[in-house]
Formats: sequence, structure tokens, C-alpha cells
Amino acid sequence: MTTDFDIIVVGGGHAGTEAAAVAARIGLRVALVSFDKNMIGAMSCNPAIGGLGKGHLVREVDAFDGLIGRASDDAAVHYRMLNASKGAAVQGPRIQADRKLFKASIQTQLGSLANLHIIEGEAAALHFLPNAPTRVAGLVLGDDIILTSVAVVLATGTFLGGKLFRGEERLVGGRVGEASAMLLSQQLRGADLPIARLKTGTPPRLDGRTIDWSQLEFQPSDDDDWTMSSMRSRRSVPQLFCAMSRTNAETHDIIRSGLHRSPLFAGDIEGRGPRYCPSIEDKIFRFGDREGHQVFLEPEGLDSHLIYPNGISTSLPTDIQAAMVRSMTGLAQCDIVVPGYAVEYDYIDPRCLDSSLAVRGFEGLYCAGQINGTTGYEEAAAQGLVAGMGAASKILAQPMPPIDRTNSYIAVMIDDLTLQGVTEPYRMLTARAEYRLRLRSDNAGSRLTPMAISAGAVAGERAVAFQERLLQQSALQSRLRETVSADALIKQGIAVKQDAGKMSLFDWLRFPQVSIAQLLALDSESWPLDLLMELEQDGRYAPYLARQDAEINDMAANEQIQLSPLMDYSAISGLSHEMVERLAASRPENLAAASRIRGITPAALAAILVHAKRAKIAVVEAA
Amino acid sequence: MPSADTIFALSSGAPPAAIAIMRISGPSAFDILQDLAGRTPSPRRASVCTLRSPVTQEMLDQALVLVFPGPDTATGEDLVELHLHGGRAVVRAVENAIASFPGARRAEAGEFTRRAFTNGRMDLNEAEGLADLLAAETEWQRRAATKMFGGAFSAAIEAYRQDVLRLSALTEAELDFSDEGDVESQNNILITDGCAELQQKIVQLLASPPAEKLKDGLRIVLAGPPNSGKSTLLNALVGREAAIVSDIAGTTRDMIEVPVSVEGVALLFTDTAGLRDDSADVIERIGIDRSHAAMQQADILLWLGPEGEGPIHPNLIEISAKNDLKESLSKSADAIFVSAQTGAGVSELLHIVAARAKTLLPPPDQFAINARQRVFLDDAATALVACGESEDWLIIAENLRQVRLALDALTGRAHTEDLLDTVFGKFCVGK
Ligand SMILES: Cc1cc2nc3c(=O)[nH]c(=O)nc-3n(C[C@H](O)[C@H](O)[C@H](O)COP(=O)(O)OP(=O)(O)OC[C@H]3O[C@@H](n4cnc5c(N)ncnc54)[C@H](O)[C@@H]3O)c2cc1C
Repeated sequence: MTTDFDIIVVGGGHAGTEAAAVAARIGLRVALVSFDKNMIGAMSCNPAIGGLGKGHLVREVDAFDGLIGRASDDAAVHYRMLNASKGAAVQGPRIQADRKLFKASIQTQLGSLANLHIIEGEAAALHFLPNAPTRVAGLVLGDDIILTSVAVVLATGTFLGGKLFRGEERLVGGRVGEASAMLLSQQLRGADLPIARLKTGTPPRLDGRTIDWSQLEFQPSDDDDWTMSSMRSRRSVPQLFCAMSRTNAETHDIIRSGLHRSPLFAGDIEGRGPRYCPSIEDKIFRFGDREGHQVFLEPEGLDSHLIYPNGISTSLPTDIQAAMVRSMTGLAQCDIVVPGYAVEYDYIDPRCLDSSLAVRGFEGLYCAGQINGTTGYEEAAAQGLVAGMGAASKILAQPMPPIDRTNSYIAVMIDDLTLQGVTEPYRMLTARAEYRLRLRSDNAGSRLTPMAISAGAVAGERAVAFQERLLQQSALQSRLRETVSADALIKQGIAVKQDAGKMSLFDWLRFPQVSIAQLLALDSESWPLDLLMELEQDGRYAPYLARQDAEINDMAANEQIQLSPLMDYSAISGLSHEMVERLAASRPENLAAASRIRGITPAALAAILVHAKRAKIAVVEAA
Repeated sequence: MPSADTIFALSSGAPPAAIAIMRISGPSAFDILQDLAGRTPSPRRASVCTLRSPVTQEMLDQALVLVFPGPDTATGEDLVELHLHGGRAVVRAVENAIASFPGARRAEAGEFTRRAFTNGRMDLNEAEGLADLLAAETEWQRRAATKMFGGAFSAAIEAYRQDVLRLSALTEAELDFSDEGDVESQNNILITDGCAELQQKIVQLLASPPAEKLKDGLRIVLAGPPNSGKSTLLNALVGREAAIVSDIAGTTRDMIEVPVSVEGVALLFTDTAGLRDDSADVIERIGIDRSHAAMQQADILLWLGPEGEGPIHPNLIEISAKNDLKESLSKSADAIFVSAQTGAGVSELLHIVAARAKTLLPPPDQFAINARQRVFLDDAATALVACGESEDWLIIAENLRQVRLALDALTGRAHTEDLLDTVFGKFCVGK
């Protein structure tokens, strides 16, 4: 067995697999260490990928040639575009996955990477050489074998000190039926890293054969033929229905009767749960006056009879769970196969990470995924990508691809995490992206694939396809620069104002009643539909983007002003105690980042700026 | 409050004077006092101390000392005030003694206020109000500045900011959660109505009179044909020989501006070249063109020409000048009759002008809005109008974001460095 690598990734979840895969695509020798080979690519919770904000992340990881988009298409039994009635920038593609197919696709994709080695076992400890206690030298496995490397990426999910709760039951583990990473947790806590606890939960799995489907409203898959990955041109898996049920007054009474037996309310769980994805007992406790909450019944796979009831995540005792489920329409006879539970786990305060997800104060140590306080597959995958590229860039002494808040949700998330930290599991929302008008899920490739190619993160197949698309795109763009008069459009039956004059086709697109299909109706040439849609949307919001440009330029100027990671904020006059604490915890890399930290006022920024300039002059004079 | 530097400056007028007030602000303020005075008197009580040079122990002055512990102070830091005898040498000796402490330095222009701002003791509008207060020369300027400095304006803006945040939150819920099955709402109506309401409030605020008028004075323009007595009247009104008076028509060729304060209101009297159509003199013609421009900009126009023949102006006052002479124009009883020669009617005219001026200025219980504030309020109002015109949640959300940016810029939560410099550049050292 080979034991020497460039990068070792711990964890075969969504973060770990993306980290390992991107580093391998860039050409480094990578080991992926995980408890159980067969669980690599497993979906811990609900069998869905994408959604609002999350769909953007999937498309962006796909733009870097990542795994999650393709695996989604390879497994999708149901496609739905959320927010379809709203502006394209907030539309969120979401799929329902067959768990087995998803896992299989991830494993196949990993298998095709020649310099990626999968090693089964427990990561027991980080390996350090005695003379360099902060430089990572590899990993010690549970059976004391040492793997050596220059960098280690920790993507251990909910497994660090994982504890499961269900009613009065307590189990040690990261997922039901799986071990917990206790040894590693102990080492990290010993290493003075800022570690705290969070919790999340999962609903019971239902036996679909015991559900009375005839009583339920169905939700079919979208008719369109969009896909998650631009490398999958069509839907390949048979499509299934989802169905909808609802909690009711009786359900709520049953839940209330069990609240005192819930570990959440008995105070046994110290970690905070996600506000955006609360357990059903939380919902009843906080919004008790609501008559009912919607529950989506989602199939777990083509050849599985398991049903995932989305919306009733719970850690109530098993008997209460059973009664609660049976109180709902269509579920009167329903059997629970695996009861729901809550998991509490260690996470690392992400403010101790830099923008490549490297742990400050160590050399070669990276963290990605739920370990950083996030929740969700997509968030995990995107961080895996960043940490994998971060470690690879460092080893190759190349710059990181220039992602920032104006070009990707990925960077929005990394920036939020590393600057603000978390108080609850972090989930992506479109509201987090102030420049979301330009960050659409349909233009992720145009935004990011060029920099992915420069970083060497894209395999040949996609690189070729992308070059071809670029040619078409610039051809269509020059076509759209041609001008046409209002009169001509009116003759064509397009409702524009007569006095609007003459402008480019692209400029006409800012009027919502003008479609690109109408503008090009008389052309003999035919363009790919997705390209047409992308450029139409570019045109729709162009005036708003132009208005944001000034703001973005201001930010870019402040990004040029680097702040030393060693800056002594307590020595800067005019900063409040609270500001010093926040700045010292997240150590912003430049002035623009500092300005985004909550509570940092413009006056404080001015003080930091003056200090940074003085420090720089001092360095120059000392040299 | 961790500040590395302790700053000090003479905060009263230039010596020599009866007393001179030296302020020291920052983490070492009390240490410095301890070394100078040998003790730190109890907070917020005037105490007499002997100040000595920390090096030679030689006596520097007998001073009245006030100690204010942070953070509840003007700057938000520990603050000391030394009331010294106001001789130049005394002040210099004490300054040198303070400057010899490590970490103590002379304050830059506006730095005390800047620290107050940094430490959250005041926002940008309050800081501007303070600058205006220090610069106020008339009673009305003082009242408006007090209003701004006292935070009434900032409180209004903060209320708007809360409104926008609430509207943004509703919009974001619509964008991020409505399709996940758990938001039930009539948000569209709430948002449209909310935007319209907020826009109304801001438009109302925008209708407040401009602060610049209060500061620079209302323009009172004297106009009429040549030799109608404008310059004589001007001199009588301002109480000195500001304009050259002669009997030769066309003597005043350019405009003469004289600032005066009447009944607590700042006025800017402007004498103009006499209006006539037949002048062949190029310079006089230019003067006449300027007169026309001045009349346009006038807040109040004193018309000395034939009754009813003056320009159309909302605040025109008919004047019958040279009332003592036969040649005086006969005007109806609505006109004000004055004789600049005898002084008859002049104080009555001043009173009428001041009364009219007060109707054009912000009433004392309202704030005046300066050009900087106007720009951001305008931006906010425009973006709110755009919210109402769009049906696209995304566009509404983007416009609400613009409103937030504008309001934040207004209170100084977010803005660029040069703006800060402009605002703080207005202070003299020691404030
Ligand atoms: C019970 C539960 C409920 C959840 N509920 C939700 C939800 O409601 N909504 C939502 O968005 N997300 C939810 N999630 C989160 C979602 O599943 C995760 O965010 C996502 O899977 C995290 O990906 P990851 O790559 O960080 O970690 P994981 O997918 O958890 O992968 C971790 C991997 O690391 C391996 N590993 C860990 N430690 C070691 C070690 N020491 N040695 C070797 N291998 C190790 C594990 O075997 C595993 O393969 C839930 C997760 C769980 C477990």
C-alpha cells in the first residue's frame, strides 16, 4: 500500500469527496480516508440535492468540474425548479435522488481518477513531526499505520464527537449505525482549536407500502428537460412522484404530549440547531398557533420502499413518532422503518480559517463541510472544493482561483463563515448574496469555468465542451449588439413604445415584455436554448448590474489593502472592545473583508486603515 | 476602550484669555493627570490642583480640574479638562509637559469628535449638527443645529431604517422560503404599501428647507431701474456705507453682497446694477445681465421700480423709496414707504423682511437638511418609487438594498473615507 501522498482527505461525505477529487484533477497524489468504503458518497439525511441558494452551489461546484452535479443527474428521480415564477436569479434547481444511484455515481467518478487512492479506516490523529508541532506531516490511522502528506483536509461531517439522541435514548455515532470520531475529536480539542457544539436532526423513514397514496396530493417532476450538470444533456433516470401531507391539530397535540421527553426540551442537547430547518417539536413550540405544517413525502429511490417525510425532523421518543405520523392524512396505517433522531457534534469556529479554509496557526491543515458549522450537502460540497483547491494551490505555489462575493455563492459562504462565524448551522440562502442579480444558477459556467480551467481543475471533456460554448456565446453576443428600431419591433408584433428609438437587441432585453426568442425569430441560425436563456437574463438585469458596478469597484479598491494576519487590533486607537474581539477572531485578509464584519463602523475602518499604512511604512523603513 | 494614543488640545480660544481649557482624552488621560497634579480628583467635580512638571517638579499652574471616566463621556473615553490661567506661556508649558508622556500627542483637527463618532457617542448627522452649532452665528442657526446635534434627525432616519429592514425581510422571505411550503402570506400588498408609505415620509422630509439657506443667509435682492435709490437703501438697511452712492445712473455696475443678521436670521442683502435697456456700456450691460440672474435666485425681492412692473416673483415687496423727495414714485398703500435719507421706514422694512424670511426658513422645531443629506434621501426616495413600479421580487429586493445603502450612508454606518474627511475637516483642533 502506498503511504505517501501530497494531500490526505479525511471523510467520504460530500465535502471530502469533492476535496479529494479536485486535488486529484489538478494532478496531486491524494488519499481519501473514510470509515467505510461502501458509505462513500452517502446522503445522511434527505434524498434531495439543490433548492434555493443550494441549487446555485451545485451548479457552481459543477462549473469547477466537481462531482455533485453529475451525481445528481445520475440519480435524479424528480426534478423541480423552485421559485420558477420569480426572477431567474433566485430560481433554485432541486432534484430528488435515488440514494443508491447517487452513491454509485460518486464512487464511479472517484474511481476514474488515477491518482486518487481510497483508504478504509479510522483517522485517529493528525501526524506531526516532533520538531514542527504546527506543521501537519500526515495522518495516523486507527490501526497505527501512518500516512504521510504535506496537507490534510478534515471533512468529518457530524462524526467529530458525534452523539445521537432519540427520546430518552443516547448513542455514540455520527449517523445511525455508524461510528463516531472520538479519538480525532480529543486530539483537536487538545490542540487549542476553538471547538463548540451544534445539533441537527433527521425525520423517521416511512414504509411507502403502508401509505394510502390515494388520499394524497401528488407533485410530479417538472416537464422541462433542464439538468443539474452542464455535462449531462438529458435526464436518464425514470421519474417518480412526490406527495404532500400535512400535520394537523391532533398531530400537534401528540407532539406536545411528548415534549417533556424530548432531549431538546429536557436540556440534554447543548448545541444549537438550524433555524431554517427546525425539528417539528421546535415548530410546534415556537409557532403553536399555526394550523398545520406541510410535509413532503419523498421517495428514497427507484427500488426502495423507503419514504422520507420532509418537514418532520424529530428526536421525540419512538412511540410518539409513530403516533404523530399516523395522525396525518394518508398515513393512518403507516409504519416507521427507522425512527428519526438528533445528532450533536463538534464543529470548529470557522473564523479560525482563512479564505482557502486553511486553519490559521497550522501549516497544511484544512477543514471543510459540516465540521465548519454548516448544514447541507451542497454547502459541504462547495467547501470541499475550496479546501481541495486551497491545499493544491498551496502545494503547487499557485494562486487560488479568484472567487469573491461578486462572482459566486461559494465565496459568499466562505466569506460569511470565516468572517462572521456561526451561531447556528449555516445554510445557504439567496438573501446572503448582495450581488445575487449577477449570480444566477444558469450562468455558473460563464462565471467560474474559465478560472477553473486556469487552475487546472477541469478535465479535458468539460474543457473542450466549454470552449465550444464560449465560441457560440461570443457569436450570439455580437449578434445581440446589432441595433433595431422600435418601429421594426412593433411591425414584428412586439409591444414596445413607439418613441423608444433604436437600440441594440441586448438593450431591448431590459424590457420584460421583450423576449430573446422574439428578437431572433427571423434569424435562420438556431442557438442552443440554455445559451439563449442565459443571455436573455443577462439583458434583463443589465441596468441594475451597471448600477452595482460603482459599489463593486469601491470594494475592489479596499481589497487591495492587505491586513496582516498578525495585526494587533488592541493597539489601534478608536476600536471598541467588541470590535477588537471580532477582528482578532476572524483576522480579515484585507480592508474590504474587515468592513463586512458585523459591527465594524466606517470610522473603525478608517482607524484600521491608518494603522495598516503606518505598519507598512514601518516595515519599509526597517528593511 | 482600548486606544493606544491619548490626545490633548487647547479647546478654548487662542490665548491670551482669562482661562484656557485643555482637554485630554484617551487611556492614559488619568495617568497623565496623576503625574501632573499628584492626585486624581473624584469624577465630575471641579477641584483645584497644582500642576507640576513631572521632570523638575517645578509648578506650572494652579488649575481647576474636571475628571470624566469613560465610556459615558463626550469622546467615549477617559477625559480630563484642565482650566488653566490663559496666558500663552502657561498654556505652552502645560502642553509641553503633557506631550512628554509616552503615547500622548496633540489632537488632529476634529479628532475629539471623531473619537465620539468611533465610540458610538454620536452619528454622522449629530457630528454635522455639532459642527454647525460651533459655527452658528444667529439664533436660528443655533436652533437648527441643536436639533441636528440632539439626534432628532438621526432618530427619524433610524426609524426609516427599521422600516426598510422590515420590508426587506418580507421580500427575502418571499424569495427564499415561499416555495418551500412554509410561508403563507399577503406579502406583496404589505410590501407595496410599506414602500409607498416610507417614500411619502422621506419626500416630506425632503421638503424641509435647505440648511444652506440658514447658514449662508437668505438672498434679499434690491432691484429696480437705475437711480431708483437701491444703493442708498442698501446702506441704510445694513447700517454702513457698503455701496457707492452717486446721482449718476449706472454707478453700481456689479453686485454688492452684504451679510447681516436681523432678528436672529441670517440675510444676504444684494444690491444690483440698475435695470435699463438702453445702456451702451458693455460693462454695465454685463452688470444688468447679472442683475437678472440675481433676481431669479432671490429669496425675497425688494422692488424699487414702478409698481407692478417688477419681475414675477413669489416674494416681491414693493418699495417706495426716496419717500422724502418729490420725485418719489407714488405707489399704493400696499407698498412700504421708506426714506433712506431720513431713515424713516427703514427699521419697519427690516422687520417686514425678517418676518417674511422666517416663513422661508425651517421653523425652529424642524430640522434643516444639508446638501449631503439631501442626496442620500433623494436616492432612497427614488429607489422606493422603483420598488412600487416593479412586480419582480428581485428588483424590489435590489431597490430596497439601495435604500438601505442610502440610509446607512446618511448616518455614517457605511460610506467612503473622503466623506468622513469632509465632515471632520470642518472642525477646528480641540473639538
Ligand atoms: C442526522 C442528520 C440530519 C441532518 N439533517 C439535515 C437537514 O435537515 N438539512 C440539511 O441540509 N442537512 C442535514 N444534514 C446534513 C448533511 O447531511 C450534511 O451537512 C452533509 O452531509 C455534510 O457533509 P460532510 O461532507 O461535511 O460530512 P458527511 O456527509 O457527514 O461525511 C463525513 C464522512 O467522514 C467520515 N469520517 C468522519 N470521521 C472519520 C474518521 N475519524 N475517520 C474516517 N472517516 C471519518 C464518515 O464516515 C463520512 O463518510 C443532516 C445530517 C445528519 C447526520
